[in-house]
Amino acid sequence: MGRLAWIRLGVIAGFIGLLEILCRGGAIGRLTMIPPSEMAAALVELIASGAVDDDIGRTLGSVAAAFTLAVVFGFVGGVALHAIPRLRRAADPLLATYYAVPFFVMIIATLNGLDRIPRVLDKVARTHRMRPLETALRLKLPAAAPYLFTGVKLAIAYSFIGVIASEFILAASGLGYQIAYAYNNFDNRTMYALMLFVLTLVTTINMALYVWERRLQRRRLGR
Amino acid sequence: MTVFHAELAGVARTYPGVAGHPAVHALGPVDLGLVRGEFFSVVGPSGCGKSTLLEVLAGLSPASTGTIVFEGAPVAGAVPDGIGVVFQEDASFPWLSVWDNVAFGLRRAGIEPGETERRVREAIAFMGLKDFAHAYPAQLSGGMRQRVCIARTLVLRPRLILLDEPFGALDAQTRLLMGDELLRLWRETGATVLLITHALDEAAMLSDRVGAMSARPGRFIDIVETGWPRERDSRIVAQSGFGKITGRLWTSLREESLKALGHAHGAAAG
Repeated sequence: MGRLAWIRLGVIAGFIGLLEILCRGGAIGRLTMIPPSEMAAALVELIASGAVDDDIGRTLGSVAAAFTLAVVFGFVGGVALHAIPRLRRAADPLLATYYAVPFFVMIIATLNGLDRIPRVLDKVARTHRMRPLETALRLKLPAAAPYLFTGVKLAIAYSFIGVIASEFILAASGLGYQIAYAYNNFDNRTMYALMLFVLTLVTTINMALYVWERRLQRRRLGR
Repeated sequence: MTVFHAELAGVARTYPGVAGHPAVHALGPVDLGLVRGEFFSVVGPSGCGKSTLLEVLAGLSPASTGTIVFEGAPVAGAVPDGIGVVFQEDASFPWLSVWDNVAFGLRRAGIEPGETERRVREAIAFMGLKDFAHAYPAQLSGGMRQRVCIARTLVLRPRLILLDEPFGALDAQTRLLMGDELLRLWRETGATVLLITHALDEAAMLSDRVGAMSARPGRFIDIVETGWPRERDSRIVAQSGFGKITGRLWTSLREESLKALGHAHGAAAG
C-alpha cells in the first residue's frame, strides 16, 4: 500500500475516531447519531439475525436490473444519437435535464467516448478494408473504452442512489424502505446499521472498479 | 508508352459546400504517373491539396473528375489491395502493444500464426523497435509511434506506400534519421513510395522525383528529377547538387507559398 493510501486511511480512521469520541462524550446526542462502533455492532447483529436478508436481496436485485438496463440501453441509445446528429440535437435538452438518471448517464458517456475517437482511425479502418461493424468492434469500441468505463462507474453509483431513494418513498420493502421505517420510529441502531451497510457496499464496489480501471489504464497511459 | 504503377489523369477534387459555406476546389486537375519502384515526393504550400491528392490516389476520397488507376485497375470507392497508407496523425492503437499493433492487419487477414509471427518480428526489427515489442504506444516517443504505424503498414507488404507527412511532428535531426530508415525500407521492399511533405530538404534528399504543387487548387507546376543513386542516405544533404535541387524547388514554390498566405503582390520583388 502506498503512502497516499496510508494517509487516506489515516484521515478516515481519524474522522471515525473523532465521531466516536463526540458521540460517547455526549457532544452529539444519541437521537442524532450513535457511535460508529455501535453502528458496526448493530450491523453484525442485523446481518446475523437474517432479518433484512429479503430487503438486501430485493434492493441489490433492483440495482442490478437498473444498472444492466442503463448500460445496455444507454450504450445503444448513445450509439444511435451519435449516428443521427439531428436526433441528438433534439435530445440534447433531455440529456441535460436527466443527467443523473443511470440510463442518461450512460448515453452521455457513450456520446463522449464516440466524439473523442480520433478521426484517423476511420481512415486506418478503410485502408485495412474493414466493414463498419468490424470497425466499430475492433477500433471504435476500444478507443472509446475509457469514457464508457466512466459511464459504467457512474451508472452503478446512480443506480444505487435511484433505487434506494425511490424505496424511501415508494416501496414496502428493500433497504431504502427499512432505513426510512427505522428513521420514522427513532430506531437509530437499525437505521445507522443499514446506512453503514449501503456505504460499505458501494465503497467496496467503487474501489474494485477503481482498481480494475487503473489496471486497464496503466498500460494505455504508459504508467 | 510507359506503363505506370499508379496513374492519375485529369484528377480534380472539389469538396461540396456545407451549411452555407461555398464549395472548395481543393485539387487539380492533376496528371501524374508513378513508375514502379520509384520514390516520388510532393511538396507545396499549406492547404494546396497535397493530402487530398494522397487520399484520392488511395481511394479514401472520391475524385470529382478524372481517373485513377493502380496496377491497371481503376481506383474507386475503396482502398485497393496492395496500397498501404501512413498518416500524419498518430494512428497507433493505444490499447494494443507494439507487437499487437503491428500484427493487427495480418491477424485480420487470417494469415497463419507462424507466418504472422515471422513477419511481425521482421518488421519490428526493421523499424528498430525490437526492445519495445511489448511496450504500449503511450510508453514510446512520437517518432517511435510513427515507426509502429509504418511497421503495421509494412507487414502487409504493400506495393505502393503512401505517406502523408509522417515525420511532420518530429525535430529536424530525427526527421533526417527517419528519412534514412524510409530509404532503407524503400530499397529493401522494392515498393513504389509517394511521400507528402512540407519540407523541401526532406523531399530533395529522399526522392527520385519531386513534384512541386501550386497554391489551392493544387496542380503540379514543376517536377524535379534528383538523379540520386538508389543507394543513398541522409549524408546526401552535404552534396553540392542538393542545394541546387532545393533551390529550384523553392524558386517554383515561393510565389505559390506567398499566394497561399495572401501576399501574392509581393512575390515579384524577390
